[in-house]
Amino acid sequence: MIRAFLALVRRDLALALGAGGGAGLGVVFFLAVVVVTPFAIGPDLNLLARIGPAILWIGALLASLIGLDRLFAADAEDGSLDLMFMSELPVELAAAAKGLAHWLATGLPLVVAAPVLSLLLNLEPAAIGALCLTLLVGTPAVTFLGLVGAAFAAAFRRGGLLVAVLVMPLTIPVLIFGVAATGAAIGGTVPFGAPFRILAGLSLGALVLGPVAAAAALRAARE
Amino acid sequence: MQLVVREVACRRGARELFRGLGFTVPAGRALVVTGPNGAGKSSLLRLLAGLASPVSGSIRLEGAPEPDAYREQVHYLGHLDAHKLALSASANLGFWRDLLGGVDQGAALKVEDALEAVGLGGLGGLPVAVLSAGQKRRLALARLLVTERPLWILDEPTTALDARAQALFAALARAHVEKGGLLVAATHAPLDLGPSESLDIGAHAARTPPGAAWTEEVAS
Repeated sequence: MIRAFLALVRRDLALALGAGGGAGLGVVFFLAVVVVTPFAIGPDLNLLARIGPAILWIGALLASLIGLDRLFAADAEDGSLDLMFMSELPVELAAAAKGLAHWLATGLPLVVAAPVLSLLLNLEPAAIGALCLTLLVGTPAVTFLGLVGAAFAAAFRRGGLLVAVLVMPLTIPVLIFGVAATGAAIGGTVPFGAPFRILAGLSLGALVLGPVAAAAALRAARE
Repeated sequence: MQLVVREVACRRGARELFRGLGFTVPAGRALVVTGPNGAGKSSLLRLLAGLASPVSGSIRLEGAPEPDAYREQVHYLGHLDAHKLALSASANLGFWRDLLGGVDQGAALKVEDALEAVGLGGLGGLPVAVLSAGQKRRLALARLLVTERPLWILDEPTTALDARAQALFAALARAHVEKGGLLVAATHAPLDLGPSESLDIGAHAARTPPGAAWTEEVAS
């Protein structure tokens, strides 16, 4: 079963990182959002430093949603999804494997790119550290909540829009506590630990609930 | 081991495709499903693969080592080849070997041997995108060989295959049946699959004339 899980992770990673896989798209989108913001807001460094964490989080959140609509839809269209039901690997774990591969290919690069992009928004070192930590903990939550939307997108064929509509509201708490924790790190009334622990809890919850809900949607759609 | 199908009915949307369908496929036998287009051959095979549930009736694999895990006893080859075009042929096949293979895969072929067996020896490194339709179908057939499963459910297995590949497929199928495997195939091609029976699904069709159903679907 572990072999099947790892095989699925490996294949999805190879597909995402290979030519035309679209893993780089999220990072480019993230880069575009962050680079454009200082031009739109103007050269007020204090203002940029204050809203910087929020801009970076919004960019990372939207970038994490890119590509989710094709996650299961591509497998449904070429018949792979049917065969995944024939494996001893439970559908929940198959969904989790695909989510893990998707996060490694699109979420992790965002975390790596964030410190560099933080410099553009005049973030101080403490804020950069806190931001990377919150992104590392928070982006898996976005991806795994997104699995539910991805499963619906596969069920309804042309469901690309569904992902954004279904998943965005679910990710709002992640955004709130991610930005709050980063803000707390650079001074505020609450200590960093309080919102960060809630963020970690949201992430752990999503890691469990996302694949289970996605598997339920895929099963319902198969009939 | 035998596949026992009792009083199965199938419905697609508002239309009933067939009802009261029952048959038994014992080990070492093949069943060839025939019938006109739209009669429900593919729907029947999806039921037999465990990918859909019948409206009524039961489908069981009697004498299977793990009766609860029905789908894990079944190889399903549908219309879609389930290849990832960007990956190489052997990467595709290796992935399915890992995903579909159980703990005990002693008798199953290795990836290179399976490619050799379907006549794709030496092409394993090529991305599937550059293979022809027939070669893609051969690669899909190779999936049946890299993991051992007793029941093969094949939907038009010889689509896009040339005469030699059809003969090669028939030989593989006969070998599977002779080893005591079970096989259900829907096909229009005259294939020698060894000791086999045939089932004309048109005879079990629900009483709606096909023309009426067709116009109904177009209208809706």
